[in-house]
Amino acid sequence: MRVFLLVFGVGVVLVMLIAGKRGDLSRRSPIEIFPDMDRQLKLRPQTPNSFFPNGLSSQLPPPGTVAQTGPMRVAGREVYPHQDDPVNTGRLPGTTNFVELNPLPVTAQLLARGRERYTIYCAPCHGATGDGNGITKKIGAMAVVASLHDKRIVELPDGDIFNTITHGKNLMGAYGPQIPIEDRWAIVAYVRALQLSRLGSVEDLPADLRAKLK
Amino acid sequence: MSAIFPKWTNRLPLMVLIGGGMTATAVVAGVWYYFTPKYTYVGYQPLQPVAFSHATHVEQLGMDCRYCHSAVEKSWFSNIPSASTCMNCHNQVLKDDPRLALVRESAATGKPIPWVQIHRMPDFVYFNHAVHVNRGISCVECHGPVHKMDEVWHAQPLSMSFCLDCHRDPAAKIRPLDKITDLDWKWSEDPNVAAQQQRTQGEKLVRDWRVESLDNCSACHR
Ligand code: HEC
Ligand code: HEC
Ligand code: HEC
Ligand code: HEC
Ligand code: HEC
Ligand code: HEC
Repeated sequence: MRVFLLVFGVGVVLVMLIAGKRGDLSRRSPIEIFPDMDRQLKLRPQTPNSFFPNGLSSQLPPPGTVAQTGPMRVAGREVYPHQDDPVNTGRLPGTTNFVELNPLPVTAQLLARGRERYTIYCAPCHGATGDGNGITKKIGAMAVVASLHDKRIVELPDGDIFNTITHGKNLMGAYGPQIPIEDRWAIVAYVRALQLSRLGSVEDLPADLRAKLK
Repeated sequence: MSAIFPKWTNRLPLMVLIGGGMTATAVVAGVWYYFTPKYTYVGYQPLQPVAFSHATHVEQLGMDCRYCHSAVEKSWFSNIPSASTCMNCHNQVLKDDPRLALVRESAATGKPIPWVQIHRMPDFVYFNHAVHVNRGISCVECHGPVHKMDEVWHAQPLSMSFCLDCHRDPAAKIRPLDKITDLDWKWSEDPNVAAQQQRTQGEKLVRDWRVESLDNCSACHR
């Protein structure tokens, strides 16, 4: 009995020493105890895959591919993603001139969406108010960030800002892949609202509020 | 007779019983403790090819999860960002740092960075990020405090019982939609008030959004 107890005790201690306890950090990959159908012959996004020459499961669409989707409804019109339309390109059809005004109807809802998206995608660099003092500039990690209240940028047509978001400009990267078209126009609308907030004067206030200020 | 069986054998049945009982208990306890995802998955922290830190980027820089994991609200799958996303900043920040060599190379050649996947459902389970994120379930419920991690580890078991615990009672975890990526957010600083608010407000949200309590098998095994 003594021998058994000794072996038993040593066994338990050994298992506990080797296996550790729940939640210990470990570099070893998870153990699948009954791996019956855990891993099936199907492709998952962003995994390696030896079938295609470039080794990716998520293939890029060949150049010139047109996404097949339903149309986007803008102010009573239907716009498909492949169309040469100001909504898609920010330019007047058939030209390289930027559209002056946001083709989406600017509503409180659009501005709220724009504010949310601006905070996610633009605020790290341009700052919450658009003055170019985002966190990356503040800690001195990034030298050049444009202030969106710059006179030149205030005077840009809406289409140009849309184009900057879609394709980037000089040192700023492209955000087209991350941000869908509606959201880009929502951000443009919100950037305009930010700019207005700095350009406003007392004269813009309704008379009763102006009186209160004084 | 007595020469064949010495005296100690009288206690043999008892010893076998006790020994067997102890062994059985130990095996059951071992299986219970070690053979569940709480042990097999939780704590997995692979070595990543680039020493990317969520603590630096999210906690210190205040970035939103969706800046990088931009598909999480739209698709079942939460993407790992491409190298060009990193280069938005790192074309100026730490421009020549050796820790980022792989990122620069990947952005230049298009060859992906071989990140090691940490969270992974078995293929017979259907999971969907967009459903959860658009229904007020925060990343922190399933991924733990990622914003405090220098290297991501598997923080929750993601076992079937873990999923079901919440599916049976979503009101205990649900939160307003604009706080999904704010992992530290609570209803209130005071834990008692927070728990109470979670109950009352949670039940209100579940009612208002008509959140279903999905525990039929075909929700996840389809
Ligand atoms: C990674 C940091 C970063 C982020 C995020 C960022 N920008 Fe920029 N942005 C820059 C830099 C740097 C410049 C200056 C580019 C230059 O002139 O070299 C710039 C310039 C601009 C300009 C001026 C372009 C011009 O015509 O000169 C606009 C408009 C702009 N950004 C809008 C945005 C919007 C809208 C977003 C959010 C979708 C955004 N930026 C996100 C870094 C960033
Ligand atoms: C600057 C970009 C960036 C931001 C912002 C970011 N992540 Fe990540 N995330 C990554 C990268 C790159 C990886 C892959 C490398 C790794 O696992 O560390 C990753 C990995 C992860 C993983 C592990 C994925 C797996 O393999 O299972 C989780 C979970 C995760 N992120 C959650 C979050 C959450 C939650 C937030 C917001 C609090 C967030 N991330 C913000 C870039 C980012
Ligand atoms: C919003 C801009 C921004 C983006 C996008 C970004 N980083 Fe960073 N990153 C920074 C800043 C700022 C630092 C801190 C620099 C310092 O410490 O001086 C940093 C630091 C780092 C470091 C150094 C280690 C550390 O924690 O200090 C690594 C590695 C890194 N980033 C990798 C990445 C990767 C990989 C991605 C893409 C998934 C990425 N970064 C995306 C801004 C960014
Ligand atoms: C209801 C639970 C749940 C919530 C909420 C959740 N996730 Fe996940 N996440 C998972 C599961 C399960 C997986 C593994 C999925 C798989 O098998 O591909 C995963 C995988 C991931 C991955 C890795 C994808 C890969 O294949 O490498 C990332 C990144 C991620 N989640 C980010 C997030 C972010 C960011 C949020 C919050 C906006 C979030 N998750 C919210 C459960 C969740
Ligand atoms: C913290 C709470 C929570 C956790 C944890 C959770 N879920 Fe959910 N899940 C929800 C909520 C809320 C819904 C939305 C129900 C609705 O549509 O009304 C949902 C919906 C779903 C759906 C969509 C079903 C459908 O018909 O569209 C699937 C699939 C799902 N969950 C799978 C999972 C899996 C797998 C896990 C475990 C990795 C998990 N969930 C963990 C809260 C949770
Ligand atoms: C909320 C989502 C969800 C629902 C609903 C659900 N399951 Fe599961 N199930 C899971 C997940 C996640 C796993 C994988 C757990 C793991 O990785 O260990 C799983 C694993 C299993 C396994 C184990 C397979 C193995 O080899 O490990 C069985 C069997 C199973 N489920 C049966 C059922 C049955 C029967 C029902 C209906 C009563 C059901 N499930 C409902 C999420 C769900």
